[in-house]
Amino acid sequence: MMDWQAIALTARLAAIVSMILLIISLPLAHWLTFSRRRWTFLVESIVSLPLVLPPTVLGFYLLMATGTRSPLGRWWTELTGHPLAFTFEGLVIASVLYSLPFAVQPVAAAFAQIDPSLREASATLGASAFRTFARVTLPLSVEGVIAGLVLSFAHTVGEFGVVLMVGGNLPGITRTVSISIYDHVQALEYGQANQTALVLLAFSMLVLMTVYGLRRRPWAAAPIT
Amino acid sequence: MTLAVSVTKRLGPGFTLDVALIAPPGITMLFGASGSGKTTLLRCIAGLTRPDEGRLAIGDRVLFDAKDEIDVPVQDRHVGYVFQQAALFPHMSLRDNIGYGLNRLGADKRQARVSTIAESFRISEILDRPPAQVSGGERQRAALARALVTEPSLLLLDEPLSALDQTIRSRIMDDLRRANEVRRIPMLYVTHSHHEVYTLGQQAVVIDTGRVIARGTPHEVLDRPEQSVLANLAGFENVFDATVVERRERAGTMECRIEGTPTELEVPLNSSAVGASTRIAIRAGDILVGNEEPRGLSARNVLRGRLIDVSAHGPTMVAVVDAGARFIVHLTPSGVESLHLKPGDHVWLIVKTYSCRIVADTPWHS
Repeated sequence: MMDWQAIALTARLAAIVSMILLIISLPLAHWLTFSRRRWTFLVESIVSLPLVLPPTVLGFYLLMATGTRSPLGRWWTELTGHPLAFTFEGLVIASVLYSLPFAVQPVAAAFAQIDPSLREASATLGASAFRTFARVTLPLSVEGVIAGLVLSFAHTVGEFGVVLMVGGNLPGITRTVSISIYDHVQALEYGQANQTALVLLAFSMLVLMTVYGLRRRPWAAAPIT
Repeated sequence: MTLAVSVTKRLGPGFTLDVALIAPPGITMLFGASGSGKTTLLRCIAGLTRPDEGRLAIGDRVLFDAKDEIDVPVQDRHVGYVFQQAALFPHMSLRDNIGYGLNRLGADKRQARVSTIAESFRISEILDRPPAQVSGGERQRAALARALVTEPSLLLLDEPLSALDQTIRSRIMDDLRRANEVRRIPMLYVTHSHHEVYTLGQQAVVIDTGRVIARGTPHEVLDRPEQSVLANLAGFENVFDATVVERRERAGTMECRIEGTPTELEVPLNSSAVGASTRIAIRAGDILVGNEEPRGLSARNVLRGRLIDVSAHGPTMVAVVDAGARFIVHLTPSGVESLHLKPGDHVWLIVKTYSCRIVADTPWHS
């Protein structure tokens, strides 16, 4: 039968992660797009690291950083009474880092597309930086923001390596859909693996249709460029 | 309130904007070729670009002072800016665009102000449309209204009419002149059209390669260009290097030979000695064309030449005539037709002495 527990957990994880990413990516993309500082390229590289890094490498370092032997891990344990690794919270943090470029890049691309004279016009009309953002930049980037939201949700749903490294495979806590499929295959339960995999396949197709449908621009292989 | 500007800004290797000017209430035209630094100057005044050095003040309100480290942010300068492409917010109706800068007012007051200004710019009927659904002229009028409704202490206009056709342009220029009568603030209007300088400006400042090269009323600046950069800008299509060959003190004229040609022109007398180099500028519209040798004319310069080319540029026919030197002549289509002009024809050019302007070739600074 279908692993509803894993599906519910995955949906909850992806929803939380994409919300957090929305909040982080707006100011971060704004800074990356409009800052005149020379070292924005450094931050850009760090943000984009998960695109090229094997998930196991990211997961490994996260595990080290959140383990009870690291200062961060100890601080978390003192604060909450339990370690970060192999918990749902740990999974959220790992997923936020892992999906960061998928949220930031479409938003930054949308910001960069806005005619600079519109933001300048807003400033000459007395608008504060925040008002310019809220009334001009953001409304003109809605497509990019939705694309970022949908892509980071989908990417979180599909992740595997980082989850396995940081979260392990605890039913109801850290066992996501992709882990559940892996489990089924390991147990030679191909029928069940297929059921869950089909759900993921349909979902992914839906997501990409949403993103490309929103963009209405010439086809590009990667929707995030 | 008067705007006092004195700024320098390095724009590239060998190109520095270095301008000092004063703009009293009224329309001051900033005139110059593209790439001369006009737009950068406007951006410095608005606060969109930071000058390297200098000072900016409206009355006694200092907007920028490099020495005292004053740099008032754009949004606090209270300076209206009208962009070349209007820059209306595409996701808002014209009404919301115009009301954008009035967010500190209550909704009622804001709507009243928007309605009043919309009426004076003749866009009341289309206020609820988005910018994409109105014409280019209407967009630019809305942009003017949006900047003026906030009652700025200074208005900057960056070639606001360059994308529009002539009839729409002159109507908007009327609107602008009226707005200027109602609210007396300095308006700096950037253009590269000498037509706009004549029709709109009370004061003209000419900028070339980052520097002010002339200033005065439009007629002072454009009708007596004292140097060739200006002559080209001001629509003097013919600029010739020449040598003074004879001074006729009594007649108040002198004879000059166009360099590299046997062609001589009689021009107004100045202090140049015989043998001195000089430069002569003639408007293409000030030259007459005849298809036989004219007699009984007061004009001193009658030159025989051959028509090389004649082509239409909008409503004007542009003829190129080889009369030793190459002359550009503007004619009307009916003029070309009545003379049966075609390339290869022999023609006579008639140029009044006082249509020849002597221009200096070295920039001077005022």
